[in-house]
Amino acid sequence: MPKIIVDDIEVDVPAEYTLLQACEAAGAEIPRFCFHERLSIAGNCRMCLVELKGAPKPVASCAWGVKDCRPGPNGEPPTVYTKSASTKKAREGVMEFLLINHPLDCPICDQGGECDLQDQAMAYGVDSTRFHENKRAVEDKYIGPLVKTWMNRCIHCTRCVRFATEVAGVPDLGAIGRGEDMEITTYLEKAMGSELQSCVADLCPVGALTSKPYAYNARPWELTKTESIDVMDAVGSAIRVDTRGREVMRILPRVNEAINEEWITDKTRHIVDGLRRQRLDRPYVRGADGRLKPASWSEAFAAIAGAVKGKDPSRIGAVAGDLCAVEDMWALKGLMQGLGSANLDCRQDGAALDPALGRAGYVFNPTIQGIEEADAILIVGANPRIEASLVNVRIRKRWRQGPVAIGLIGEAANLTYDHAYLGAGPQTLQDLVDCRHAFAETLKAAERPIVIVGQGALARPDGAAVLSLAAKAAQTFGAIADGWNGFAVLHTAAARVGGLDIGFVPGEGGKTAAEMCAPGAMDVVWLLGADEIEVAPGAFVVYQGTHGDRGAHRADVILPGAAYTEKNGLYVNTEGRPQFGYRAAFPPGDAREDWAILRAVSDVLGARLPFDTLAQLRQGLFAAHPHLAEDERITPADPAAIGALAARGGEIGNAAFTSPIADFYLTNPIARASAIMAECSALAQGARQEAAE
Amino acid sequence: MLQDKDRIFTNLYGFHSPGLEAARKRGAWDETKFLVDQGREWIIDEMKKSNLRGRGGAGFPTGLKWSFMPKQSDGRPHYLVVNADESEPGTCKDREIMRHDPHLLIEGCLLACVAMGAHAAYIYIRGEYIAEREALQRAIDEAYEANLIGKDNVHGWPFDCYLAHGAGAYICGEETALLESLEGKKGMPRLKPPFPANMGLWGCPTTVNNVESIAVAGTILRRGGAWFAGLGRPNNHGTKLFCVSGHVDKPCNVEEEMGIPFRELIDKHCGGIRGGWDNLKCVIPGGSSVPLVPGAEIADAPMDFDTLRGLGSGLGTAAVIVMDQSTDIIRAIARISYFYKHESCGQCTPCREGTGWMWRVVSRMAEGRAQKREIDMLLEVTKQVEGHTICALGDAAAWPIQGLIRHYRHEIEQRIDEYAANPHGDPVRVAAE
Repeated sequence: MPKIIVDDIEVDVPAEYTLLQACEAAGAEIPRFCFHERLSIAGNCRMCLVELKGAPKPVASCAWGVKDCRPGPNGEPPTVYTKSASTKKAREGVMEFLLINHPLDCPICDQGGECDLQDQAMAYGVDSTRFHENKRAVEDKYIGPLVKTWMNRCIHCTRCVRFATEVAGVPDLGAIGRGEDMEITTYLEKAMGSELQSCVADLCPVGALTSKPYAYNARPWELTKTESIDVMDAVGSAIRVDTRGREVMRILPRVNEAINEEWITDKTRHIVDGLRRQRLDRPYVRGADGRLKPASWSEAFAAIAGAVKGKDPSRIGAVAGDLCAVEDMWALKGLMQGLGSANLDCRQDGAALDPALGRAGYVFNPTIQGIEEADAILIVGANPRIEASLVNVRIRKRWRQGPVAIGLIGEAANLTYDHAYLGAGPQTLQDLVDCRHAFAETLKAAERPIVIVGQGALARPDGAAVLSLAAKAAQTFGAIADGWNGFAVLHTAAARVGGLDIGFVPGEGGKTAAEMCAPGAMDVVWLLGADEIEVAPGAFVVYQGTHGDRGAHRADVILPGAAYTEKNGLYVNTEGRPQFGYRAAFPPGDAREDWAILRAVSDVLGARLPFDTLAQLRQGLFAAHPHLAEDERITPADPAAIGALAARGGEIGNAAFTSPIADFYLTNPIARASAIMAECSALAQGARQEAAE
Repeated sequence: MLQDKDRIFTNLYGFHSPGLEAARKRGAWDETKFLVDQGREWIIDEMKKSNLRGRGGAGFPTGLKWSFMPKQSDGRPHYLVVNADESEPGTCKDREIMRHDPHLLIEGCLLACVAMGAHAAYIYIRGEYIAEREALQRAIDEAYEANLIGKDNVHGWPFDCYLAHGAGAYICGEETALLESLEGKKGMPRLKPPFPANMGLWGCPTTVNNVESIAVAGTILRRGGAWFAGLGRPNNHGTKLFCVSGHVDKPCNVEEEMGIPFRELIDKHCGGIRGGWDNLKCVIPGGSSVPLVPGAEIADAPMDFDTLRGLGSGLGTAAVIVMDQSTDIIRAIARISYFYKHESCGQCTPCREGTGWMWRVVSRMAEGRAQKREIDMLLEVTKQVEGHTICALGDAAAWPIQGLIRHYRHEIEQRIDEYAANPHGDPVRVAAE
């Protein structure tokens, strides 16, 4: 490894390092605006200039490689000065240029307090201005409902442009004009067409791009920050929930290299207003007149006890929704078992996933980070861009790194990377497995292929057969090998893998969700945040959840629960990675944490659950399923399950695969309660109609 | 003074036809096959012997530049790119070559390609050069028709020549911005390293040369590097096209020996300074981007790279802009400053923000509406731009102002005094603290 001297400190760094990295390795801080670890190097802000011994002028350390440095005349290592007079002068000069046309509006700027320009001006700038001319005025642009622009503040670092082009894969943002008239905009000010667009507000080092829904809502120093896990999809992005008082003000991404790097989707970030609207803040009981009336907890419990008492346990069932924590499902499973019922299901959509065959059959075995090692990817019945945007980002990252063959069976979609469209339905998959398709050779030749199976391929009558066929494809194409398991089930619901892990599926003689909801099938159905399912009239429905959504409308008793930001909970993402979410705020009104509600109601129903605290609950849960205690670690699943799955076979149909997500922005009760998501949805639908015309 | 027998551009003024037949009579395409057959090493060697320094402004030795191209191809093709985006104010030499002697350029492209193992040359021509574009395309078509270039040409070196049109941006004359523009992107300079010789056009090894540097190559190789090296002064050899404009009696383009004294250049070819030598105020010797030199300092100086650098200026493209005593030098520099503000691409901070600032201050100074302390501030701002940018446009914007302050600070001060002596409704603004 080459040696380099940074401010008299000699360090060994890899040859591919840039000077900036080398300086950081030596403990020197280098200011920067345009440089970002996850974007290409632009080298245009010039803030990172350092003095390099022997170079005629200061060099941009973000772009200058260690291997580009020449050794000294006597072979001494290259020498960099980050604190010299020339470096200091260069920084001060650049800072002065950045500030001459930057408005002095920090007191009314939303970036204030977390602004790179503010911080670096304090550290590297001078204290007064010499600029006596008028400042540049730039018109603000409309670039979508989520990102507010204040273009006077733009310092033209082009991070947003590079993010949109490179990571999001939409060439929407760009710069027009040149010189000091250069302006960042979308083409004709059309809204950005990406589900990751609000990340540009994070990237913007100044207040030019800020969050529109959050505008003027809070100052960063007023906020309490809680690190937690997102539940909007099954990816389990790392988030930080910022609260003021008892209100969630905003949600920001956290870095998690294994999952979301440092991006999150717009849905993850902007459902914040959905956490306040349409909330169930007290229990309700449907009266004799057929109307829901506010009730006390004891009245609600009494109504439930009345409905359950004396009923045949096989006519009592429970369905878990998409946003439940594992603990809630565990408690509900315990309750149902206590009542003697085997009617449990966490698969509202009817996906043909069966934990009986083993864990490898229902998780994303190659892991999200593992996508970067794949050399061929087959996507079956999924649109990862809307079902798991950050998985899509990872596939795109892989695609940008070098040649990778990507094939898609299912709905044709713009996935932001080149892919071969192979066909629409299971017959194409059959052709592939039988090697009657040209793409089969590509997959066979690959060393680390991945077969991604989406819920669109599984939540259908022939889902089990398609899953078996996909497993067979994985076997045929060598996706199951030593040290590599390329069979990947892509989930869309945050609760799904956790539910399958703890066996929240019909027991012996139990009914599935669809069977439970059929007319006359059940006397009592317990919906734990299950809103994507219609219970036929007749059954007594207990809805335990957070929002006045579909489930609550159907309910006979409503028990107000806590949303994911309001409780400590365990979630298992599509990779099978257990992660703990933490409470950032309290549930509104009389609402309580879901496990506690179930514990209380179990007493009333005479099937008392064996825990009084969350810790006790977890103790029992971890004893039964030790892998769930491994925070953030994936316990590799035994690939034998995939062989068993492949052997199961079945009759496939002809219907084309459809994506389970019709509207990215409105997939769950929280999102449906959000006005911002509704606006995004309308905009996306409009764009889709326009494209169809 | 250059003798007629040593002239390379014998049809500089278009007295004869630019066509292939006429060009052949003037010596173009003569024995080219022999030169091609000598091979790559020989050509580079001769070019090195000729001591030709690049004619685009920086004066980097051409033979050395050609030798930077990888000797062995790693599978990527090599490219020659000819920079015909002649946009430097005052410069008008390449257009005459392309209009009247285009075959010298095409032949030079072929020979340069042999020297660097390239089989394709791209000529990027300035958008405003429409007649030149047509003339050059006509010549390329003629050469293809005569099978002088093309896949199976008579020289036995497969070679294609493409003409690409710019859209009139000055920055696209910067070699890496030119490559970006050729690739169909926005013309914004790239970061270096990697240099074009490693990662140029479409990521392949590329050499970018000025039109004049390429056009002289054929004649140099025919007559030998030693002949070219025999002209001029040490380290500044050969002939050079000078574009003389401004306050001379007869502005002209002329091919002269490097190092010709300024006085001789003006007297012999331009009919002298308007109003006589006493009327000479100052000269910008190398296109608008180099600092000006007061008349007294330059009058008897030899016009070459090293002497002019010693005078704090540069030969640049040898676009000699002569200004007599009637010139409002502050306004002249303000206008040049406006040009750079207008042509800055906006990519990097010092140039984007600095060019506008400098232009505004120097424009106020041209009126006298400034403070004297702002002169030093302006000088410091030029120093903050210079050397801190991705490409040399920042330097080019800074140097004219530095030259102005170095030599004519008294005029600026005088202007400020005159302005201050009269009452004005618009006082000099002071920034809000």
